[in-house]
Amino acid sequence: MSSKYQVVIGLEVHVQLLTDTKIFCGCSTKFGAVPNSQSCPVCLGLPGALPVLNRKVVEFAIRAGLATNCQIAQRSVFARKNYFYPDLPKGYQISQFELPICLGGHLDIEAEGGTKRIGITRIHMEEDAGKLVHVDIPGVGDDSCVDLNRACTPLLEIVSEPDMRSPDEAIAYLKKLHQIVVYLGICDGNLEEGSFRCDANVSLMPKGSAKLGTRAELKNINSFRFIKQAIEYEMERQAEILDEGGKVIQETRLFDPNAGTTRSMRGKEEAHDYRYFPDPDLVPLVVSDDWVEDVRLSLPELPEMKRQRFAKELGLSDYDTEVLTASRELADYFEASLALYPQAKIVANWVMGEVTRALNEENRAISDCPVTPKLLAALLQLIEQGTISGKIAKTVFDEMYKTGHEPARIVEEKGLLQVSDSGAIEQIIDQVLAAEAGQVAAYRSGKDKLFGFFVGQVMKASKGKANPALVNEILLKKLNG
Amino acid sequence: MKITRQEVEHVARLARLELTEQEADTFTGQLDAILAYVDTLKELNTDGIIPTAHAVPMENAFREDEVQPSIGVENALANAPARAESFFRVPKVIE
Repeated sequence: MSSKYQVVIGLEVHVQLLTDTKIFCGCSTKFGAVPNSQSCPVCLGLPGALPVLNRKVVEFAIRAGLATNCQIAQRSVFARKNYFYPDLPKGYQISQFELPICLGGHLDIEAEGGTKRIGITRIHMEEDAGKLVHVDIPGVGDDSCVDLNRACTPLLEIVSEPDMRSPDEAIAYLKKLHQIVVYLGICDGNLEEGSFRCDANVSLMPKGSAKLGTRAELKNINSFRFIKQAIEYEMERQAEILDEGGKVIQETRLFDPNAGTTRSMRGKEEAHDYRYFPDPDLVPLVVSDDWVEDVRLSLPELPEMKRQRFAKELGLSDYDTEVLTASRELADYFEASLALYPQAKIVANWVMGEVTRALNEENRAISDCPVTPKLLAALLQLIEQGTISGKIAKTVFDEMYKTGHEPARIVEEKGLLQVSDSGAIEQIIDQVLAAEAGQVAAYRSGKDKLFGFFVGQVMKASKGKANPALVNEILLKKLNG
Repeated sequence: MKITRQEVEHVARLARLELTEQEADTFTGQLDAILAYVDTLKELNTDGIIPTAHAVPMENAFREDEVQPSIGVENALANAPARAESFFRVPKVIE
């Protein structure tokens, strides 16, 4: 893109809430049920059915508001957003408009040149629409199929200020927000299944200008990578229009992940006349200070606070604290292990190393790790006691991961006990030196670097079981003596 | 005039209502009278009064987050003009 322009980005994120039931009725929100099996007169929009608000949705909204530094509105009101679409049975979506539950928050992100504050305009509660699908059922032809299981599923819409000035800042904001809602336990964070959806408002203005340009709203983006791609494509597209003296049209554009482009959703413009009005079926929502305080006290430690604590109390590096707090589950695992084996750096290295590697290989969640904090701590104790070498410990770890057995049992069954008997080690060393007479001569004639080679050979001959400190000591004596 | 015929037609289109020429004229006149009355109401000073969102002075009607039985696929689809397996079937939507 030409460097004449500055991009301005604002984001609207829809967060699907982890409640058991829908926002206005008792139907289950479980994913993957038989189409339309989770529906009732309320979420089907049958005449006369009345919505009743799920208390938990309000609690989750307050949690999100507090975690993003918002004011929680004492009084908020639900409104009807009117439009016609086959996945919206009532002909309106129940949302909040003039009086949302949360206002005026912010998140701090790491941006180029330091920390940057991104404003959060508002957070409101609303219901999701159903799903419009195209299914290959004989006789259906071109018709669409509607599944209303998702209709009335609770969502939070979190709207940012247009404060981001590059695609990377947008991604940093989204990742931070994603981490927070998952930590709060209000969202499963699954982007592919649509639990965390993002629309991006993108516009360009001449560098140095204070007046925002006309924006396009990008929809249908379901991964962090695609969001970056979509914004970058949009920047190029708008710059080209402006360079040619044209005008950007305010419109909704759909991101096409296959082509990496955005295209106009023509014809939906008229539908933007939503004629909001307060929903007479729902009474106003009043949130007391006591309620807000109760929720505040129940908030989990958020990633930012955890990072600071790990750095301050455990002396871990920025890198370590960032990796360890990436998810609440990983941080919990680390802390549970640390409680049993209180050496922060060693535990951190194993959690970020072997544990994460093994889980990633199978794409398995930390909560599902066969090596429990108890087993990991037991393994680290065996190393500390000199029962096994650090190298053998990795073999034991893999075996624990496969079987879930105690490390001591594995060491015994597999005969992995560390050899710290100097007589036995001496014997192995003698064999190695005898077999490598040529290298020994080379070493003695000044090729010091060969020392590592001998250590490697001895360790190999002992199947990794020899005590490395003893091997070094004896080997040095034999070669130089 | 408080409302134009054009606005009436626009609102009718948003509501998917098909009006005859005569209906459009009738409703334009009726809506005009209604809006004129709203102007009369507007003369009242309502400074510092919370807008009424609901006719009953009540707040906070909640339900707990407990699953209740749904009505079942057959009941859900009983009034559907067309269906395909357990889906509602609708004409294709063009985007």
